[in-house]
Amino acid sequence: MSYPGWEVVIGLEVHVQLKTQSKIFSGAATTYGAEANRQACAIDLGFPGVLPVLNQQAVEMAVKFGLAVDAQIAERCVFARKHYFYPDLPKGYQISQYELPIVAHGHLDISTDGGETSKRIRILRAHLEEDAGKSVHEGFEAASGIDLNRAGTPLIEVVSEPDLRSAGEAVAYLKKLHSLVRYLEICDGNMQEGSFRCDANVSVRPVGQEELGTRTETKNLYSFRFVEKAIEFEIERQIDVLESGGSVDQETRLFDPDKGETRTMRSKEEAMDYRYFPDPDLLPVVCDGAFVSSIRDVLPELPEARRTRFMASFGLPAYDADALVAERDLAAYFEALVAALGEDNAKLAANWCLGELTASLNEHNLDVAASAVTPDALAGLLKRVLDNTVSGKIAKDVFAAMWAGEDDADSVIEARGLKQITDSGAIETLVDQVIADSPAQVEQYRSGKDKVFGYFVGQVMKLSKGKANPGEVNRLLKSKL
Amino acid sequence: MSLDADQVRRVAELARLAVDDAELPVYAQELSSILNMVDQLQSANTEGVEPMAHPLNMVQRLRADAVTEKPDREAFQALAPQAEGGHYLVPRVIE
Repeated sequence: MSYPGWEVVIGLEVHVQLKTQSKIFSGAATTYGAEANRQACAIDLGFPGVLPVLNQQAVEMAVKFGLAVDAQIAERCVFARKHYFYPDLPKGYQISQYELPIVAHGHLDISTDGGETSKRIRILRAHLEEDAGKSVHEGFEAASGIDLNRAGTPLIEVVSEPDLRSAGEAVAYLKKLHSLVRYLEICDGNMQEGSFRCDANVSVRPVGQEELGTRTETKNLYSFRFVEKAIEFEIERQIDVLESGGSVDQETRLFDPDKGETRTMRSKEEAMDYRYFPDPDLLPVVCDGAFVSSIRDVLPELPEARRTRFMASFGLPAYDADALVAERDLAAYFEALVAALGEDNAKLAANWCLGELTASLNEHNLDVAASAVTPDALAGLLKRVLDNTVSGKIAKDVFAAMWAGEDDADSVIEARGLKQITDSGAIETLVDQVIADSPAQVEQYRSGKDKVFGYFVGQVMKLSKGKANPGEVNRLLKSKL
Repeated sequence: MSLDADQVRRVAELARLAVDDAELPVYAQELSSILNMVDQLQSANTEGVEPMAHPLNMVQRLRADAVTEKPDREAFQALAPQAEGGHYLVPRVIE
Protein backbone atom coordinates (compact mmCIF):
# COMPACT_ATOMS: atom_id res chain seq x y z
CA MET A 1 0.00 0.00 0.00
CA SER A 2 1.24 3.51 -0.67
CA TYR A 3 0.44 6.76 1.07
CA PRO A 4 1.11 9.73 -1.21
CA GLY A 5 2.95 12.52 0.56
CA TRP A 6 3.85 10.42 3.59
CA GLU A 7 6.84 8.33 4.53
CA VAL A 8 6.36 5.43 6.91
CA VAL A 9 9.04 4.53 9.48
CA ILE A 10 8.91 1.17 11.25
CA GLY A 11 11.17 -0.57 13.73
CA LEU A 12 10.46 -4.03 15.15
CA GLU A 13 11.23 -5.61 18.49
CA VAL A 14 11.07 -9.39 18.24
CA HIS A 15 11.05 -11.79 21.17
CA VAL A 16 12.70 -15.04 20.16
CA GLN A 17 12.22 -17.89 22.63
CA LEU A 18 15.39 -19.98 22.86
CA LYS A 19 15.07 -23.73 22.46
CA THR A 20 16.84 -24.77 25.64
CA GLN A 21 15.85 -27.73 27.82
CA SER A 22 15.90 -25.73 31.04
CA LYS A 23 15.19 -22.13 32.06
CA ILE A 24 17.68 -19.31 31.67
CA PHE A 25 18.41 -19.04 35.41
CA SER A 26 17.02 -22.28 36.85
CA GLY A 27 17.00 -26.02 36.23
CA ALA A 28 13.22 -26.23 35.67
CA ALA A 29 11.97 -27.60 32.33
CA THR A 30 10.75 -25.37 29.49
CA THR A 31 8.43 -27.85 27.75
CA TYR A 32 5.37 -26.15 26.24
CA GLY A 33 1.93 -27.22 27.35
CA ALA A 34 2.80 -28.74 30.73
CA GLU A 35 0.20 -28.71 33.50
CA ALA A 36 0.03 -25.27 35.14
CA ASN A 37 2.94 -24.45 37.48
CA ARG A 38 4.50 -27.93 37.30
CA GLN A 39 7.58 -26.30 35.76
CA ALA A 40 7.87 -23.31 38.08
CA CYS A 41 10.58 -23.81 40.69
CA ALA A 42 11.61 -21.63 43.64
CA ILE A 43 13.85 -19.46 41.40
CA ASP A 44 11.10 -18.93 38.81
CA LEU A 45 8.66 -18.10 41.61
CA GLY A 46 11.01 -15.48 43.02
CA PHE A 47 11.36 -16.99 46.47
CA PRO A 48 13.60 -15.11 48.88
CA GLY A 49 17.18 -16.26 49.08
CA VAL A 50 17.38 -18.00 45.72
CA LEU A 51 20.20 -17.29 43.31
CA PRO A 52 19.93 -17.29 39.51
CA VAL A 53 22.61 -19.28 37.67
CA LEU A 54 23.00 -18.59 33.96
CA ASN A 55 22.36 -21.33 31.38
CA GLN A 56 25.38 -21.77 29.08
CA GLN A 57 23.22 -22.95 26.18
CA ALA A 58 21.23 -19.70 26.23
CA VAL A 59 24.46 -17.70 26.00
CA GLU A 60 25.72 -19.86 23.13
CA MET A 61 22.45 -19.46 21.24
CA ALA A 62 22.55 -15.69 21.62
CA VAL A 63 26.14 -15.66 20.32
CA LYS A 64 25.12 -17.92 17.44
CA PHE A 65 22.43 -15.43 16.49
CA GLY A 66 24.86 -12.52 16.77
CA LEU A 67 27.34 -14.18 14.44
CA ALA A 68 24.61 -15.02 11.93
CA VAL A 69 23.57 -11.37 11.64
CA ASP A 70 27.18 -10.24 11.43
CA ALA A 71 26.94 -8.36 14.72
CA GLN A 72 29.43 -7.51 17.44
CA ILE A 73 29.51 -9.99 20.31
CA ALA A 74 30.17 -8.13 23.55
CA GLU A 75 33.29 -9.45 25.21
CA ARG A 76 31.68 -8.49 28.48
CA CYS A 77 27.93 -8.14 28.95
CA VAL A 78 25.86 -7.38 32.03
CA PHE A 79 22.40 -8.38 33.27
CA ALA A 80 20.12 -5.69 34.65
CA ARG A 81 16.87 -5.65 36.55
CA LYS A 82 13.89 -4.10 34.80
CA HIS A 83 11.27 -3.21 37.38
CA TYR A 84 7.52 -3.30 36.94
CA PHE A 85 4.62 -4.83 38.81
CA TYR A 86 2.40 -7.41 37.21
CA PRO A 87 1.04 -10.64 38.69
CA ASP A 88 2.86 -12.84 36.17
CA LEU A 89 6.21 -11.36 37.23
CA PRO A 90 6.73 -12.70 40.74
CA LYS A 91 10.01 -10.95 41.58
CA GLY A 92 8.72 -7.49 40.67
CA TYR A 93 11.51 -7.24 38.13
CA GLN A 94 12.55 -9.02 34.97
CA ILE A 95 16.19 -9.98 34.54
CA SER A 96 17.21 -8.46 31.24
CA GLN A 97 20.12 -6.55 29.73
CA TYR A 98 20.26 -2.79 29.34
CA GLU A 99 23.46 -0.87 28.78
CA LEU A 100 25.65 -3.82 27.79
CA PRO A 101 23.68 -6.33 25.69
CA ILE A 102 25.37 -9.50 24.44
CA VAL A 103 24.81 -8.68 20.72
CA ALA A 104 24.93 -5.27 19.02
CA HIS A 105 25.08 -3.70 15.55
CA GLY A 106 24.20 -6.46 13.12
CA HIS A 107 22.06 -6.53 10.02
CA LEU A 108 19.71 -8.66 7.96
CA ASP A 109 19.18 -8.28 4.21
CA ILE A 110 15.62 -8.63 2.96
CA SER A 111 14.46 -9.31 -0.59
CA THR A 112 12.10 -6.83 -2.18
CA ASP A 113 10.44 -6.79 -5.62
CA GLY A 114 10.01 -10.57 -5.75
CA GLY A 115 13.64 -11.25 -4.92
CA GLU A 116 15.21 -8.98 -7.52
CA THR A 117 16.63 -6.38 -5.16
CA SER A 118 17.70 -6.54 -1.56
CA LYS A 119 17.63 -4.05 1.26
CA ARG A 120 19.77 -4.01 4.39
CA ILE A 121 17.94 -3.71 7.71
CA ARG A 122 20.20 -2.81 10.62
CA ILE A 123 19.84 -4.61 13.92
CA LEU A 124 20.56 -2.30 16.83
CA ARG A 125 20.92 -4.96 19.48
CA ALA A 126 19.82 -8.37 20.72
CA HIS A 127 19.81 -8.97 24.45
CA LEU A 128 19.20 -11.98 26.68
CA GLU A 129 16.31 -11.92 29.11
CA GLU A 130 13.82 -14.10 30.93
CA ASP A 131 10.18 -14.44 29.91
CA ALA A 132 7.29 -13.75 32.31
CA GLY A 133 4.44 -16.10 33.22
CA LYS A 134 0.92 -16.12 31.81
CA SER A 135 -2.36 -14.82 33.18
CA VAL A 136 -5.55 -16.75 32.57
CA HIS A 137 -8.74 -14.72 32.81
CA GLU A 138 -11.38 -17.30 32.01
CA GLY A 139 -12.66 -19.90 34.41
CA PHE A 140 -12.07 -18.06 37.68
CA GLU A 141 -14.61 -16.19 39.78
CA ALA A 142 -13.57 -12.50 40.00
CA ALA A 143 -9.95 -13.60 39.88
CA SER A 144 -7.18 -14.25 37.41
CA GLY A 145 -5.15 -17.43 37.44
CA ILE A 146 -1.39 -17.25 37.11
CA ASP A 147 0.68 -19.95 35.44
CA LEU A 148 4.39 -19.42 35.95
CA ASN A 149 5.64 -22.28 33.77
CA ARG A 150 6.85 -19.80 31.17
CA ALA A 151 8.52 -17.56 33.80
CA GLY A 152 12.27 -17.78 33.32
CA THR A 153 12.17 -19.18 29.77
CA PRO A 154 15.15 -17.73 27.89
CA LEU A 155 14.51 -15.10 25.22
CA ILE A 156 16.54 -12.89 23.01
CA GLU A 157 14.90 -9.59 22.18
CA VAL A 158 16.01 -8.50 18.72
CA VAL A 159 15.64 -4.75 18.16
CA SER A 160 15.84 -3.41 14.61
CA GLU A 161 16.77 0.14 13.64
CA PRO A 162 13.82 2.11 12.17
CA ASP A 163 14.86 1.09 8.65
CA LEU A 164 11.60 -0.47 7.48
CA ARG A 165 9.39 1.67 5.20
CA SER A 166 6.21 -0.38 4.75
CA ALA A 167 4.16 -3.16 6.29
CA GLY A 168 5.41 -5.38 3.45
CA GLU A 169 9.04 -4.73 4.36
CA ALA A 170 8.27 -5.37 8.03
CA VAL A 171 6.77 -8.76 7.18
CA ALA A 172 9.69 -9.61 4.86
CA TYR A 173 12.15 -8.78 7.67
CA LEU A 174 10.16 -10.78 10.17
CA LYS A 175 9.98 -13.82 7.88
CA LYS A 176 13.71 -13.62 7.24
CA LEU A 177 14.40 -13.47 10.95
CA HIS A 178 11.99 -16.33 11.59
CA SER A 179 13.71 -18.47 8.96
CA LEU A 180 17.14 -17.60 10.36
CA VAL A 181 16.44 -18.56 13.98
CA ARG A 182 15.04 -21.88 12.78
CA TYR A 183 18.11 -22.50 10.62
CA LEU A 184 20.28 -21.84 13.61
CA GLU A 185 18.11 -24.23 15.64
CA ILE A 186 17.89 -21.73 18.45
CA CYS A 187 14.07 -21.31 18.30
CA ASP A 188 11.21 -23.56 17.19
CA GLY A 189 9.53 -20.53 15.59
CA ASN A 190 6.06 -21.58 16.72
CA MET A 191 4.13 -18.32 16.69
CA GLN A 192 0.87 -19.81 18.01
CA GLU A 193 2.69 -20.97 21.11
CA GLY A 194 4.37 -17.58 21.47
CA SER A 195 7.90 -18.73 20.65
CA PHE A 196 8.33 -15.85 18.21
CA ARG A 197 6.44 -12.60 18.85
CA CYS A 198 6.70 -9.06 17.75
CA ASP A 199 6.07 -5.45 18.84
CA ALA A 200 5.96 -2.80 16.11
CA ASN A 201 7.08 0.82 16.47
CA VAL A 202 5.37 2.88 13.78
CA SER A 203 5.50 6.55 12.85
CA VAL A 204 4.82 8.63 9.74
CA ARG A 205 6.33 11.89 8.49
CA PRO A 206 5.73 14.11 5.46
CA VAL A 207 8.00 13.09 2.57
CA GLY A 208 11.20 15.11 2.78
CA GLN A 209 11.00 15.82 6.50
CA GLU A 210 14.20 14.93 8.34
CA GLU A 211 12.77 14.70 11.84
CA LEU A 212 10.94 11.48 12.80
CA GLY A 213 7.24 11.65 13.60
CA THR A 214 5.89 10.63 17.02
CA ARG A 215 5.77 6.85 17.20
CA THR A 216 3.42 4.36 18.76
CA GLU A 217 4.31 0.88 19.90
CA THR A 218 1.84 -1.90 19.06
CA LYS A 219 1.99 -5.10 21.05
CA ASN A 220 0.45 -8.55 20.80
CA LEU A 221 1.41 -9.41 17.24
CA TYR A 222 1.71 -13.16 16.98
CA SER A 223 1.27 -13.89 13.29
CA PHE A 224 2.72 -12.42 10.11
CA ARG A 225 -0.77 -11.43 9.02
CA PHE A 226 -1.47 -9.59 12.29
CA VAL A 227 1.79 -7.69 11.93
CA GLU A 228 0.81 -6.57 8.45
CA LYS A 229 -2.75 -5.64 9.42
CA ALA A 230 -1.76 -3.85 12.62
CA ILE A 231 0.92 -1.79 10.89
CA GLU A 232 -1.37 -0.83 8.02
CA PHE A 233 -4.12 0.13 10.44
CA GLU A 234 -1.69 2.20 12.47
CA ILE A 235 -0.26 4.01 9.41
CA GLU A 236 -3.72 4.97 8.22
CA ARG A 237 -4.82 6.03 11.68
CA GLN A 238 -1.77 8.26 12.18
CA ILE A 239 -2.11 9.86 8.73
CA ASP A 240 -5.81 10.53 9.41
CA VAL A 241 -4.98 12.18 12.74
CA LEU A 242 -2.25 14.35 11.20
CA GLU A 243 -4.21 15.30 8.08
CA SER A 244 -7.13 16.44 10.19
CA GLY A 245 -4.79 18.76 12.12
CA GLY A 246 -4.27 16.62 15.21
CA SER A 247 -1.11 15.13 16.68
CA VAL A 248 -0.12 11.52 17.32
CA ASP A 249 0.30 10.60 20.98
CA GLN A 250 3.32 8.60 22.00
CA GLU A 251 1.69 5.54 23.49
CA THR A 252 1.56 1.77 23.71
CA ARG A 253 -1.26 0.21 21.71
CA LEU A 254 -2.75 -3.26 21.59
CA PHE A 255 -3.78 -5.05 18.40
CA ASP A 256 -7.23 -6.62 18.45
CA PRO A 257 -7.19 -9.46 15.90
CA ASP A 258 -10.98 -9.83 15.90
CA LYS A 259 -11.61 -6.19 15.00
CA GLY A 260 -8.42 -5.79 12.97
CA GLU A 261 -7.59 -2.53 14.76
CA THR A 262 -5.26 -1.14 17.40
CA ARG A 263 -6.34 0.64 20.56
CA THR A 264 -4.67 2.52 23.39
CA MET A 265 -3.17 0.34 26.10
CA ARG A 266 -0.96 2.83 27.95
CA SER A 267 -0.54 6.54 27.34
CA LYS A 268 2.72 8.44 27.75
CA GLU A 269 1.67 9.66 31.20
CA GLU A 270 1.38 6.08 32.37
CA ALA A 271 4.60 5.14 30.60
CA MET A 272 6.75 2.74 32.54
CA ASP A 273 9.81 3.89 34.39
CA TYR A 274 11.68 0.65 34.69
CA ARG A 275 14.48 1.87 36.97
CA TYR A 276 17.09 -0.45 35.48
CA PHE A 277 20.19 -1.27 37.47
CA PRO A 278 22.82 -4.02 37.21
CA ASP A 279 21.57 -7.22 38.86
CA PRO A 280 23.74 -7.82 41.91
CA ASP A 281 22.88 -11.55 41.78
CA LEU A 282 24.70 -12.01 38.48
CA LEU A 283 28.31 -11.32 37.59
CA PRO A 284 29.37 -9.89 34.22
CA VAL A 285 29.37 -12.52 31.46
CA VAL A 286 32.54 -12.86 29.43
CA CYS A 287 32.50 -14.17 25.86
CA ASP A 288 36.15 -14.35 24.91
CA GLY A 289 37.58 -14.91 21.45
CA ALA A 290 38.03 -18.66 21.90
CA PHE A 291 34.42 -19.11 23.05
CA VAL A 292 33.08 -17.07 20.14
CA SER A 293 35.18 -18.87 17.54
CA SER A 294 34.16 -22.28 18.90
CA ILE A 295 30.58 -21.24 18.10
CA ARG A 296 31.50 -19.73 14.74
CA ASP A 297 33.03 -23.10 13.80
CA VAL A 298 29.74 -24.95 14.17
CA LEU A 299 27.45 -22.44 12.43
CA PRO A 300 25.40 -24.11 9.67
CA GLU A 301 25.31 -22.68 6.14
CA LEU A 302 23.01 -19.68 6.46
CA PRO A 303 19.98 -18.99 4.25
CA GLU A 304 21.66 -16.06 2.49
CA ALA A 305 24.71 -18.13 1.51
CA ARG A 306 22.54 -21.05 0.45
CA ARG A 307 20.36 -18.80 -1.69
CA THR A 308 23.42 -17.43 -3.48
CA ARG A 309 24.73 -20.96 -4.02
CA PHE A 310 21.40 -22.21 -5.40
CA MET A 311 21.38 -19.36 -7.91
CA ALA A 312 25.03 -19.76 -8.89
CA SER A 313 25.37 -23.57 -9.00
CA PHE A 314 21.89 -24.53 -10.18
CA GLY A 315 20.94 -21.45 -12.19
CA LEU A 316 17.71 -21.00 -10.22
CA PRO A 317 15.80 -17.71 -10.42
CA ALA A 318 15.89 -15.54 -7.28
CA TYR A 319 12.24 -16.22 -6.59
CA ASP A 320 12.74 -20.01 -6.46
CA ALA A 321 15.94 -19.73 -4.44
CA ASP A 322 14.21 -17.48 -1.88
CA ALA A 323 11.30 -19.86 -1.49
CA LEU A 324 13.50 -22.96 -1.19
CA VAL A 325 15.86 -21.59 1.45
CA ALA A 326 13.11 -20.08 3.60
CA GLU A 327 12.87 -23.39 5.41
CA ARG A 328 15.99 -25.40 6.17
CA ASP A 329 14.29 -28.78 5.72
CA LEU A 330 12.82 -27.80 2.36
CA ALA A 331 16.24 -26.69 1.14
CA ALA A 332 17.69 -30.03 2.30
CA TYR A 333 14.89 -31.93 0.55
CA PHE A 334 15.59 -30.00 -2.66
CA GLU A 335 19.32 -30.72 -2.42
CA ALA A 336 18.69 -34.44 -1.95
CA LEU A 337 16.43 -34.38 -4.98
CA VAL A 338 19.03 -32.58 -7.09
CA ALA A 339 21.69 -35.04 -5.95
CA ALA A 340 19.54 -37.90 -7.29
CA LEU A 341 18.50 -36.20 -10.53
CA GLY A 342 21.66 -34.33 -11.45
CA GLU A 343 22.28 -30.58 -11.41
CA ASP A 344 20.97 -30.14 -14.95
CA ASN A 345 17.51 -30.95 -13.67
CA ALA A 346 17.59 -28.55 -10.72
CA LYS A 347 14.83 -26.37 -12.14
CA LEU A 348 12.51 -29.39 -12.49
CA ALA A 349 13.35 -30.35 -8.90
CA ALA A 350 12.64 -26.80 -7.70
CA ASN A 351 9.29 -26.71 -9.51
CA TRP A 352 8.20 -29.93 -7.84
CA CYS A 353 9.43 -28.87 -4.38
CA LEU A 354 7.57 -25.57 -4.61
CA GLY A 355 4.59 -27.04 -6.46
CA GLU A 356 3.19 -30.49 -5.70
CA LEU A 357 5.29 -31.13 -2.60
CA THR A 358 4.55 -27.82 -0.87
CA ALA A 359 0.87 -28.01 -1.84
CA SER A 360 0.52 -31.53 -0.40
CA LEU A 361 2.37 -30.57 2.78
CA ASN A 362 0.14 -27.53 3.25
CA GLU A 363 -2.99 -29.52 2.55
CA HIS A 364 -2.09 -32.06 5.22
CA ASN A 365 -0.53 -29.47 7.52
CA LEU A 366 2.78 -31.34 7.65
CA ASP A 367 6.41 -30.28 7.96
CA VAL A 368 8.82 -31.18 5.17
CA ALA A 369 10.51 -33.71 7.42
CA ALA A 370 7.18 -35.58 7.70
CA SER A 371 6.58 -35.69 3.94
CA ALA A 372 4.84 -38.88 2.80
CA VAL A 373 7.06 -38.93 -0.29
CA THR A 374 10.80 -38.98 0.32
CA PRO A 375 13.29 -37.17 -1.93
CA ASP A 376 14.43 -40.55 -3.30
CA ALA A 377 10.89 -41.61 -4.13
CA LEU A 378 10.17 -38.28 -5.84
CA ALA A 379 13.43 -38.60 -7.76
CA GLY A 380 12.21 -42.01 -8.99
CA LEU A 381 9.08 -40.35 -10.35
CA LEU A 382 10.86 -37.40 -11.94
CA LYS A 383 13.23 -39.76 -13.76
CA ARG A 384 10.18 -41.19 -15.48
CA VAL A 385 9.18 -37.66 -16.50
CA LEU A 386 12.68 -37.01 -17.84
CA ASP A 387 12.74 -40.21 -19.92
CA ASN A 388 9.21 -39.50 -21.23
CA THR A 389 7.63 -42.56 -19.62
CA VAL A 390 4.94 -40.26 -18.20
CA SER A 391 3.94 -36.67 -18.93
CA GLY A 392 4.22 -33.96 -16.26
CA LYS A 393 0.46 -34.02 -15.92
CA ILE A 394 0.23 -37.79 -15.34
CA ALA A 395 3.18 -37.49 -12.94
CA LYS A 396 1.00 -35.39 -10.65
CA ASP A 397 -1.50 -38.25 -10.43
CA VAL A 398 1.31 -40.71 -9.71
CA PHE A 399 2.59 -38.34 -7.02
CA ALA A 400 -0.86 -38.22 -5.41
CA ALA A 401 -0.98 -42.04 -5.40
CA MET A 402 2.50 -42.24 -3.86
CA TRP A 403 1.46 -39.66 -1.25
CA ALA A 404 -1.58 -41.77 -0.41
CA GLY A 405 0.72 -44.67 0.42
CA GLU A 406 1.00 -46.61 -2.82
CA ASP A 407 4.38 -47.98 -3.88
CA ASP A 408 7.21 -46.36 -5.77
CA ALA A 409 6.62 -44.47 -9.00
CA ASP A 410 7.43 -47.40 -11.30
CA SER A 411 4.96 -49.74 -9.57
CA VAL A 412 2.19 -47.12 -9.67
CA ILE A 413 2.81 -46.41 -13.36
CA GLU A 414 2.84 -50.14 -14.12
CA ALA A 415 -0.16 -51.08 -12.00
CA ARG A 416 -2.34 -48.29 -13.35
CA GLY A 417 -1.13 -48.58 -16.93
CA LEU A 418 -0.08 -44.93 -17.02
CA LYS A 419 2.87 -45.40 -19.28
CA GLN A 420 2.95 -42.73 -21.95
CA ILE A 421 2.09 -43.88 -25.47
CA THR A 422 5.09 -42.95 -27.59
CA ASP A 423 4.45 -45.53 -30.28
CA SER A 424 3.63 -43.52 -33.43
CA GLY A 425 1.42 -46.25 -34.83
CA ALA A 426 -0.83 -46.29 -31.77
CA ILE A 427 -1.05 -42.52 -31.68
CA GLU A 428 -1.76 -42.39 -35.39
CA THR A 429 -4.80 -44.61 -34.91
CA LEU A 430 -6.15 -42.20 -32.31
CA VAL A 431 -5.45 -39.18 -34.50
CA ASP A 432 -7.23 -40.75 -37.44
CA GLN A 433 -10.21 -41.55 -35.30
CA VAL A 434 -10.52 -38.00 -33.96
CA ILE A 435 -10.23 -36.54 -37.45
CA ALA A 436 -12.87 -38.91 -38.74
CA ASP A 437 -15.22 -38.06 -35.86
CA SER A 438 -14.93 -34.28 -36.25
CA PRO A 439 -15.74 -33.29 -39.84
CA ALA A 440 -17.07 -29.85 -38.81
CA GLN A 441 -13.89 -28.94 -36.92
CA VAL A 442 -11.74 -30.22 -39.77
CA GLU A 443 -13.64 -27.89 -42.08
CA GLN A 444 -13.10 -24.94 -39.77
CA TYR A 445 -9.41 -25.65 -39.38
CA ARG A 446 -8.85 -26.00 -43.09
CA SER A 447 -10.68 -22.73 -43.73
CA GLY A 448 -8.06 -20.96 -41.58
CA LYS A 449 -9.31 -21.17 -37.99
CA ASP A 450 -6.00 -22.16 -36.40
CA LYS A 451 -7.46 -22.11 -32.89
CA VAL A 452 -9.40 -25.30 -33.57
CA PHE A 453 -6.07 -27.16 -33.46
CA GLY A 454 -6.23 -27.16 -29.68
CA TYR A 455 -9.54 -29.00 -29.89
CA PHE A 456 -7.93 -31.88 -31.81
CA VAL A 457 -5.04 -32.14 -29.35
CA GLY A 458 -7.52 -32.20 -26.48
CA GLN A 459 -9.62 -34.94 -28.11
CA VAL A 460 -6.62 -37.17 -28.81
CA MET A 461 -5.29 -36.74 -25.27
CA LYS A 462 -8.74 -37.52 -23.89
CA LEU A 463 -9.02 -40.61 -26.01
CA SER A 464 -5.59 -41.78 -24.78
CA LYS A 465 -6.56 -41.02 -21.15
CA GLY A 466 -3.76 -38.45 -21.05
CA LYS A 467 -1.10 -40.97 -21.91
CA ALA A 468 -0.25 -39.97 -25.49
CA ASN A 469 3.07 -38.19 -25.88
CA PRO A 470 1.99 -34.57 -26.55
CA GLY A 471 4.90 -33.86 -28.93
CA GLU A 472 4.02 -36.84 -31.08
CA VAL A 473 0.31 -35.94 -31.09
CA ASN A 474 1.12 -32.44 -32.31
CA ARG A 475 3.41 -33.69 -35.02
CA LEU A 476 0.93 -36.24 -36.38
CA LEU A 477 -2.06 -33.87 -36.26
CA LYS A 478 -0.14 -31.18 -38.14
CA SER A 479 0.85 -33.57 -40.92
CA LYS A 480 -2.62 -35.11 -41.26
CA LEU A 481 -4.64 -31.93 -41.19
CA MET B 1 21.29 17.47 44.30
CA SER B 2 18.08 17.35 46.27
CA LEU B 3 14.69 15.68 45.92
CA ASP B 4 11.39 17.44 46.57
CA ALA B 5 8.27 15.88 48.04
CA ASP B 6 6.70 15.26 44.61
CA GLN B 7 9.69 13.29 43.42
CA VAL B 8 9.60 11.17 46.56
CA ARG B 9 5.89 10.52 45.99
CA ARG B 10 6.64 9.41 42.41
CA VAL B 11 9.46 7.08 43.49
CA ALA B 12 7.22 5.59 46.18
CA GLU B 13 4.45 5.02 43.64
CA LEU B 14 6.82 3.23 41.28
CA ALA B 15 7.94 0.96 44.10
CA ARG B 16 4.33 0.50 45.31
CA LEU B 17 5.23 1.88 48.75
CA ALA B 18 2.60 3.68 50.80
CA VAL B 19 4.11 6.87 52.21
CA ASP B 20 2.09 9.35 54.31
CA ASP B 21 2.16 12.92 53.08
CA ALA B 22 3.50 13.92 56.47
CA GLU B 23 6.52 11.67 55.99
CA LEU B 24 7.38 12.99 52.53
CA PRO B 25 9.62 15.87 53.68
CA VAL B 26 11.55 13.54 55.97
CA TYR B 27 12.26 11.07 53.17
CA ALA B 28 13.05 13.93 50.80
CA GLN B 29 15.69 15.18 53.18
CA GLU B 30 17.20 11.76 53.92
CA LEU B 31 17.28 10.66 50.29
CA SER B 32 18.77 14.02 49.30
CA SER B 33 21.66 13.53 51.65
CA ILE B 34 22.36 10.13 50.07
CA LEU B 35 22.35 11.79 46.66
CA ASN B 36 24.69 14.44 47.96
CA MET B 37 27.12 11.77 48.99
CA VAL B 38 26.91 10.35 45.46
CA ASP B 39 27.56 13.86 44.11
CA GLN B 40 30.69 13.93 46.18
CA LEU B 41 31.80 10.62 44.57
CA GLN B 42 31.05 12.12 41.15
CA SER B 43 33.89 14.60 41.67
CA ALA B 44 36.47 11.79 41.67
CA ASN B 45 38.44 11.52 38.45
CA THR B 46 37.33 8.24 36.79
CA GLU B 47 38.94 8.73 33.43
CA GLY B 48 40.03 5.38 31.99
CA VAL B 49 38.24 3.45 34.73
CA GLU B 50 35.76 0.88 33.43
CA PRO B 51 32.35 1.12 35.11
CA MET B 52 31.93 -1.64 37.65
CA ALA B 53 28.87 -3.88 37.28
CA HIS B 54 29.58 -5.92 40.41
CA PRO B 55 31.73 -5.48 43.51
CA LEU B 56 33.29 -8.92 43.02
CA ASN B 57 35.99 -8.85 40.42
CA MET B 58 34.87 -12.18 38.96
CA VAL B 59 33.16 -13.59 35.90
CA GLN B 60 29.77 -15.32 35.80
CA ARG B 61 29.96 -19.12 35.97
CA LEU B 62 27.59 -20.87 33.59
CA ARG B 63 25.57 -24.01 34.23
CA ALA B 64 24.94 -26.83 31.77
CA ASP B 65 21.51 -26.83 30.14
CA ALA B 66 19.91 -29.68 32.05
CA VAL B 67 16.61 -30.12 33.86
CA THR B 68 17.54 -30.52 37.51
CA GLU B 69 14.40 -29.22 39.24
CA LYS B 70 11.13 -31.10 39.72
CA PRO B 71 9.02 -28.41 41.37
CA ASP B 72 6.65 -29.58 44.10
CA ARG B 73 3.65 -27.51 43.07
CA GLU B 74 1.48 -28.55 45.99
CA ALA B 75 4.14 -27.50 48.50
CA PHE B 76 4.61 -24.11 46.81
CA GLN B 77 0.89 -23.50 46.50
CA ALA B 78 0.30 -24.31 50.16
CA LEU B 79 2.22 -21.08 50.84
CA ALA B 80 0.13 -18.97 48.46
CA PRO B 81 -2.87 -16.99 49.76
CA GLN B 82 -5.05 -18.60 47.08
CA ALA B 83 -4.61 -21.26 44.41
CA GLU B 84 -7.09 -23.10 42.23
CA GLY B 85 -6.75 -25.73 39.52
CA GLY B 86 -2.99 -25.49 39.69
CA HIS B 87 -3.04 -21.71 39.19
CA TYR B 88 -2.07 -19.03 41.66
CA LEU B 89 -5.03 -16.71 42.09
CA VAL B 90 -4.80 -12.92 42.11
CA PRO B 91 -7.46 -10.20 41.98
CA ARG B 92 -8.76 -10.04 38.43
CA VAL B 93 -6.36 -8.26 36.06
CA ILE B 94 -7.45 -7.43 32.54
CA GLU B 95 -5.72 -5.01 30.22
